[in-house]
Amino acid sequence: MKEELIEYIMKEFVEDPDEEIEENTPLISSGLIDSLSVVSLVAFIDKKFGVKIPDEKGTVDNFETVNKIIEVINEFKT
Amino acid sequence: MSNIGSYEKRCKDFDWSIAQKELSYKKGDAINIGYYCTDRNCELGLGSKLALIWEGFTGEQKRFTFEDLKIHSNSFAHLLSQKLGLKNGDRIVIFMDKIPELYFAFLGILKMGGIAMPLFSAFGEESLLTRFESSGASAVLTTRKLVPRIRKIKGKLPHLKHVVIMSEDESIPVKEQEMAFSYSKAPRMESFEHFPATAETPSVLHYTSGTTGQPKGALHVHSSIFSQYLTTKWVLDLRTEDIYWCTADPGWVTGTSYGIIGPWSLGITQVVLDGGFVPAKWYEFIQKHKVTVWYSAPTAIRMLMKAGKEIVKKFDLSSLRHLCSVGEPLNPEAVIWSEEVYGLPFHDTWWQTETGCILVSNYPGMKIKPGSMGKAFPGVTAAVLSHEFEPIAEKDKPGLLALKPPWPSIFRTYWNNESGYESKFKNGWYITGDRSSIDEEGYFWFMGRDDDVINVAGHLVGPFEIESVLLEHEAVAESAAIGKPDAMNMEVVKAFVALKPGFEPSDDLELEIMNFIRKKLSSIAMPQEIEFVDSLPKTRSGKIMRRVLRAQERGEPVGDLSTLEND
Repeated sequence: MKEELIEYIMKEFVEDPDEEIEENTPLISSGLIDSLSVVSLVAFIDKKFGVKIPDEKGTVDNFETVNKIIEVINEFKT
Repeated sequence: MSNIGSYEKRCKDFDWSIAQKELSYKKGDAINIGYYCTDRNCELGLGSKLALIWEGFTGEQKRFTFEDLKIHSNSFAHLLSQKLGLKNGDRIVIFMDKIPELYFAFLGILKMGGIAMPLFSAFGEESLLTRFESSGASAVLTTRKLVPRIRKIKGKLPHLKHVVIMSEDESIPVKEQEMAFSYSKAPRMESFEHFPATAETPSVLHYTSGTTGQPKGALHVHSSIFSQYLTTKWVLDLRTEDIYWCTADPGWVTGTSYGIIGPWSLGITQVVLDGGFVPAKWYEFIQKHKVTVWYSAPTAIRMLMKAGKEIVKKFDLSSLRHLCSVGEPLNPEAVIWSEEVYGLPFHDTWWQTETGCILVSNYPGMKIKPGSMGKAFPGVTAAVLSHEFEPIAEKDKPGLLALKPPWPSIFRTYWNNESGYESKFKNGWYITGDRSSIDEEGYFWFMGRDDDVINVAGHLVGPFEIESVLLEHEAVAESAAIGKPDAMNMEVVKAFVALKPGFEPSDDLELEIMNFIRKKLSSIAMPQEIEFVDSLPKTRSGKIMRRVLRAQERGEPVGDLSTLEND
């Protein structure tokens, strides 16, 4: 799951191919992903992992790092 | 006692010469915003005062005095005019994150008489291309991170002759017509003979979206400083000892009028956080730098509300003394919440890219009616007009919000679009495109847009620009973009898409199209939702009836359908 999330973020948000994203790389506070783009990640998570993240959980705090995103996914994985 | 004092008294004896006198300006004098924000402060003995405290998202800090601001802006002015041969009137784009170089470059461009064109760093190639083509910009100042986006479009821009990449290492590989530049390594420029701009010399070009066509460049002039100086003093109430934080990016007009020109013309220390929105980081920033005046946006405030009250208790925000907001109407709940949680209400301010400064506002010391835009700035005539462009006398009756020109910072034209500019004026009024009403006490109340422009988190997006790019996607036959109400962002974009034969609606395709728009335009323009439809409501002449889609989306009556094309 971690690798697939990182791959998606690299493909959709990172322009410099030499830049690396790890599980604790700040995504929101670094400006890489903004609050309006979180919906793209939510849609990807639904499509890829079949997990629907409720709107109230799609927050900048919960999407700050890949590890935090995985925590939220696991919370709503059935 | 606030700077404005009695609002009523200010209204009685107002004249914009108040600002001119305080800035020691006499009619006919040369006037250069870059000089006022830097050299003049040094001449007034503020050279060693901190002008800019910059912090990156990792916590790295850089501090610059007004003397530093003068020297570094001189370096940019020298680079642009002497080394690159750019001239008065040349449009020079700044495409950077909120790094110190952005601020030095902006002031340097003004000092050499160029027209500064800061662009939001999240813009994709289509958004960039539109603005570069329209303006005929001859140079861009950018960074290593962002230059790939410039390189993608440069081949289509014959006017673009210079790409300057900010880099501490000036030996980085560059392509044709590119160069690297480091302000810290540039020769120290103690003085620069700034361009003798006059009141009407063009200064800043900000693109703004409208309901039809591509974004239009609203052109401002150096005398806009009179408006920005006085509104900063009276609305934001900035004083010598304040630490001021304007959260807006200078790619938008708030970030230049009130993130550069206003505060620095007053010699105020300001702080800048270069990073995304995270509530704890914002509060930590306020605490660390003891911010006293905070100018932010309703979307950010609502996100802070969503983060809750408990997190606020972990920080010492007692330095705050005055809060203002901008970009979209501030909902009453936010005003009440901030008073409860921060001990201070947010003061809503209303203005536009075209106005260049705050024109309707809540003022220090004046009663706030939560949800109201406030009252007209002293000396400004604001009214609500009928569709015949006559003032509506009846209180609380909605109409077209309009302003009586002139005021110093009103835009002078839309770049290369004089007819578009003239269409904004009717019967001697500037027609804002917003609808509002006025109550019996003279408070204005926002009632929505009078057109199809979408306000996403305080940023205007035109449906045409979104629809144009949607049509570039291989699967899309027809499209319409509307604003959908959103609790956090006021509106978000929703797109209706009819597909070409051979393509089927799916979640995969929806996500692909969303990301396509985000990368071509920006996250602001990205549809948060796409609805696949068989066809779009159109008039017999083929014009898409967005208002029908908007009404259906909001569960409102769709109105007159007599012009709707029959199936």
